[in-house]
Amino acid sequence: MGLIGTSVKRVEDKRFITGQGRYTDDIKLPGMTYACMVRSPHAHAKINSINTAAAAAMPGVVRIFTGTDEGISGIGVPCGWQVNFKNGETMKEPPHPLLVSDKARHMGDAVAMVVAESYAEAKDAAELVQIDWEVLPAVTDAKAAMADGAALVHDDVPNNLAFDWELGSDKAAVDAAIANAHHVTTLEFTNQRLVANAIEPRSAIGHFDSAYDKYTLYTSTQNPHLTRLLLCAFVLGIPEHKVRVVGPDVGGGFGSKIFHYTEEALVTVASKALNRPVKWTAERQESFLTDAHGRDHVTKCDMAFDAEGNITALRSRTYANLGAYLSTFAPAVPTYLHGTLLQGLYKTPLVHVDVNGVFTHTTAVDAYRGAGRPEATYLIERLIDTAALEMDMDPAELRFQNFIEPFDGVEEPGFQTQVALQYDSGNYHPVLEKALSMAGYEDFRAEQKAARENGNGKLLGIGFSTYIEACGIAPSAVVGALGARAGLFESAQVRVQPTGKVSVYTGSHSHGQGHETTFAQVVADKFGIPLEDVEIVHGDSDSVAFGMGTYGSRSLAVGGSAIVKSIEKVIEKGTKIAAHKLECAEADLEFADGKWTVKGSDKSIAFGDVSLTAYVPHDYPEGLEPGLDFSSFYDPANFTYPFGAHIAIVEIDKETGKVTLKRFIAVDDVGNVINPMIVDGQIHGGLAQGIGQAICEGTIFDESGQLLNGTYMDYVMPRADDLPSFETARTTTPCPHNPLGVKGAGEAGCIGATPAVVNAVMDALAPYGIHDIQMPVTSQKVWNIING
Amino acid sequence: MIPNKFSYHRPNDVNEAIQMLQTHGDDCKLLAGGHSLLPVLRNRLNDPEHIIDISGLSELQGIKDNEKSVTIGAGTTHGEIARSTILQQHAPMYAIAAAKIGDIQVRNFGTIGGSIAHADPAADWPGVLLASNASIVIKNSGGTREVDVDQFFMGLFMTAVQDGEIITAIRVPKTAFNRNSTYVKFPQPASRFAIVGCAAAVAKEGGQVTEARVAFNGVSSKPYRDTGIENGLKGQALSADSIAAATANIADGVSVMSDHFASEKYRRHLAGVYARRALGTL
Repeated sequence: MGLIGTSVKRVEDKRFITGQGRYTDDIKLPGMTYACMVRSPHAHAKINSINTAAAAAMPGVVRIFTGTDEGISGIGVPCGWQVNFKNGETMKEPPHPLLVSDKARHMGDAVAMVVAESYAEAKDAAELVQIDWEVLPAVTDAKAAMADGAALVHDDVPNNLAFDWELGSDKAAVDAAIANAHHVTTLEFTNQRLVANAIEPRSAIGHFDSAYDKYTLYTSTQNPHLTRLLLCAFVLGIPEHKVRVVGPDVGGGFGSKIFHYTEEALVTVASKALNRPVKWTAERQESFLTDAHGRDHVTKCDMAFDAEGNITALRSRTYANLGAYLSTFAPAVPTYLHGTLLQGLYKTPLVHVDVNGVFTHTTAVDAYRGAGRPEATYLIERLIDTAALEMDMDPAELRFQNFIEPFDGVEEPGFQTQVALQYDSGNYHPVLEKALSMAGYEDFRAEQKAARENGNGKLLGIGFSTYIEACGIAPSAVVGALGARAGLFESAQVRVQPTGKVSVYTGSHSHGQGHETTFAQVVADKFGIPLEDVEIVHGDSDSVAFGMGTYGSRSLAVGGSAIVKSIEKVIEKGTKIAAHKLECAEADLEFADGKWTVKGSDKSIAFGDVSLTAYVPHDYPEGLEPGLDFSSFYDPANFTYPFGAHIAIVEIDKETGKVTLKRFIAVDDVGNVINPMIVDGQIHGGLAQGIGQAICEGTIFDESGQLLNGTYMDYVMPRADDLPSFETARTTTPCPHNPLGVKGAGEAGCIGATPAVVNAVMDALAPYGIHDIQMPVTSQKVWNIING
Repeated sequence: MIPNKFSYHRPNDVNEAIQMLQTHGDDCKLLAGGHSLLPVLRNRLNDPEHIIDISGLSELQGIKDNEKSVTIGAGTTHGEIARSTILQQHAPMYAIAAAKIGDIQVRNFGTIGGSIAHADPAADWPGVLLASNASIVIKNSGGTREVDVDQFFMGLFMTAVQDGEIITAIRVPKTAFNRNSTYVKFPQPASRFAIVGCAAAVAKEGGQVTEARVAFNGVSSKPYRDTGIENGLKGQALSADSIAAATANIADGVSVMSDHFASEKYRRHLAGVYARRALGTL
C-alpha cells in the first residue's frame, strides 16, 4: 500500500472542523453539578479566616469545600521526578494541597470550591466566600528569591532553594579552560516565562458510580494513565481498578496538560461526597493563573574558543524559577532536560552546567513545548552567533568548524556527550548547508551590505540556529536513574477483528498530533490493508491497557514502536495459520500486500481470511490458540536525537523599532517520516511558538506578585500576520534503535526558532555595536537600542 | 466568564429604548454589537440589572449619501463601513480605519455608535471623527440634538451623551479635506487597539494646503486634534520638509499615556512617525 511516507489527510479533522469533537466540557452527565474555584487574589497572603455562610445560602449551592474538610485536608498532589542536591540530600518537596487553608503562595492558589446546580450559580456564590487575608511580601524572581531575607514561599525551605544540581565535565578543568582561552563570549540570559495557552481550557469531571463503587474522571489531559496512577497511589489512596480516567478529545496541551492538577482530585473527591457528578472547567483567566507555565530561567553562560575558533569549553549557571509548588515534572525540566543538552551539535570537549531550582510566589513552572531543550539551545546558539560577531568570523562557518562529525549509530558508535547523553545518530553539516542554500546566504549578505550603505530606513538581519534535542523520552532504567518516579515505556494492543478490520489501543494520547492518522498509516502499511480498516483508540484507561502519554515528542518513537511490536506478533501468528491453510512450511511464505503467498507460486491467502480462521478455528493448526490479538510494551534503548538548522531573516523599521520576520527557513532531520504533511504541520506550529517567545510572548509580574498580563488583551500571542510563509525542508538520518527509524517532530520548531530570530535581530542591529537584547524583542526595546 | 444576572429588553424602536433608559435609570446598559459591553460584563467589571438590546433597530442602520453630508447610522457595523463605496469616496479614512479594527468577526458585529459611546481612548474611531469634523446625532425624549465632535469626547470613557440619550448617527460633512483623508495606526500587539492612531485629512488648492485636520487616538487618555500640525501645514505645499516642520513639536502639551508596551517617550515619538506617514500619503 505504501502508506508510510504519504501525506494522508488527517482522518480526525472531520469531527474537529465540523464542531463534533467531544471535549471534556462537552460531556453532560445526569445529575451533574458545577464547580467554581475561589482563588487567591494575592501572591502571598495568610488566611486568617474563611466564611462561607453567605455563599452557602445562595440559590443552587450544593456544597462548599475548603481545605480543612475531611477528605481534602492534608491531601496534596505529588511531584513525579526527584532531583537531589549536590550533597546528595533529597530535593525540598513541600506539600501542594488540594485547597490551601493556611496561606496562599501564588495568585490563583485555590482556597475553596463552590459546587452548585449550575456554573452561573456556583460563580455567583463563589464571589460571596469571605476570606480574611493578611497580605505578605512576595518574591517572583528566582535570583531575588535566593537572597538572604527574601520572603519564603515555604517556611521550611531556606533561601527558597528546592535543589542545587550540577552535571558535566570536571568543574576545575572547565574553569581553567575558560580562564586560559583565546576568546570567551559571555552573555546573561533571561529566558522569560511563557503561558502555554492551549485553546481548550483545562476541564475535569468527577463521577462516582455507587452501583459499582467506581470513579470515572474525565479530564483534559495528555496522559490519562499517569493521572490515574498518581490519583490512586499518591493522592487519594483509592484502588486503581476502581478508577477509570478518560482523556477525550483534547484541544492542545503543549506540555501544560501532562501534569496531575489539584482540580482533578477535587472533583473526584467531591463526586463521591455528593454522589453526583462534578464538573469544573477553567475560565481563561484561570488558565493564565493555574496552568503550569514554561521556561523562566536566568542564566549566565560562557563559551570559550581557541585561536582557530574551536570551542574549548562551555559553562553555565542557571536560576530556574519553579513557582510556588513542584509540578509533576518540574524538577526534571531545568536539569535532565536542559543540562543534558548543553553539548549542542558541537565537539566542545568540556561542558559544565550548574542549576539552582528556586521557589517563588508564582504559578508553578513545568514542561512547555521543548521543556528545557529550548532554553539550552537558546544559550548555545546565542553564544555562538555572538562569538562569531566578536571574533569577526562568519556564524555559519564557525558552526561548520565545530560540528560533531557524522555518525550513524550502527557502524559508527553514538556520540558520547560531556553531559550524560549518547546521541543516537547524526549528520549535522547537511542541514545547515541546505538551509544556507535555501536562504541564498551570499546574496542576502550582499543585499544587507547595500541596505546598510544606502541607509533607506530598513535594517536587515540574518540569524542562525543549529539545534539538537532529546526526544522519545525514553529508557525507563535511564530516566529512573535520573530521578523519574515512573517508567517511560509505552504499550500497544493490536486487535485484528474476525473480518480483518483492526483496532489499535495505544497508550499515547493525541491532542493535536494526528495519531489517528499516522498510527493507522503504520498499521495499514504493515498489514497491507486499507487505511479505513484501522481504528486507533486512545485516552481511556478502561480500554487501553496502560500508557505513559504524549509529550517529549515520544508518541511515534515509543508508542509507534510498541504498535510495530504487536504488528510483528500478529504477522508471526498469521503466518502459522496461513501455512496450515496453504499446507506449506512457514518458511515458504512471504507476507506482502495484505496476503501470505507461497514463494514462487500463485498460491496465497488474504489477511482477512487468516483473521477469520483465527476466530472460526475449525480447520486450524494444532496447539495454536484462537484469536489474533496482541499486546506489547516497548521500552526504548535510548532517547532519539532530532536536529536541524533554522535561519531567520528579519527587517527592522528604524523609525519604530518594529521587527518584521521576512523569511524563516527550517531544515529539520526528524528521522524517517510517516506523514510529511503532519510533520510539516508540527514544525509550523512549533515555529510559531518559538517565534512567539522571541518577539512577543512573556508574563509580566509586578512586585507584589500580580500577573499583569493575564488576558489576551495584554499577553501577546503570535498571530498569522506576524509570521511569514515558512520554508521547510528535511534531511533524513534514521534513528538506529527503533523499528520505524523515527525521531519525533513535535518540539523541533519550538526549539530551533527562538535563537534564530533573536540572532537575526542582533545581526540587523550589529551596526549599533550591541551584543545582547532580552526577549521578547519588542518594538520598544529595539527602538530604545537604536536611539541609544 | 459569565456575567451577573440581568434582565434583557428588546425595544421596537429608538423611542421605546429611550423610555426604557428613563425607567431603569443608572441600572441599565445599551447593547449594540456587544464588543465593548460584553467583555466588561463577562469580567464582571460592571453588573447592570437591565440590558436594552438596540442591535436590531432599523432606524440606526445604514450609510446615507445626503447633499452635504454622509450619515452613518449608529448601529452600522465596522464591516459595513469598511466596504462602503460612499465613504470610500467621500471620507476614505472611515473605510480605512474600519478595516483595521479587530478581525472579521469583530468588524461584522461591532458598531461605530457602540464604540464611540464606550469612548475607549485607544479605539480607532475617535481620531477619525475628530479629523473629519463629524457631528454626533443624539436622541432623547425631547427630540434630537447634534453635538460637534470637538465637544463629544470628554475623557477616558466619557462622552457628551447624557442619561436617557441614545446616539443615532454620525454625520460626516462632504468636504475637500474628507475626500483626501487616511488613518494609520501602530497597534498594541495583543489587543490590536491603537498605541498610536492618526487620522489626517487635507484639502489642497493649487498645490497648497487650505485646510488640514490631524487627530490622534491612543496617545492620550482623551483623543485630540493636533492644531499645531494643522496650522503648521496651512498655506504650505505638502512635502517631506513641510510635514517634518509641522510635526516637529509633536504632542506638545499633551499628557501622553505610558504602559509596558510604550513609554511616554516612545509613544510621543510614534505619534510623530505616524503623523508623518499619514500626511505623506495625502
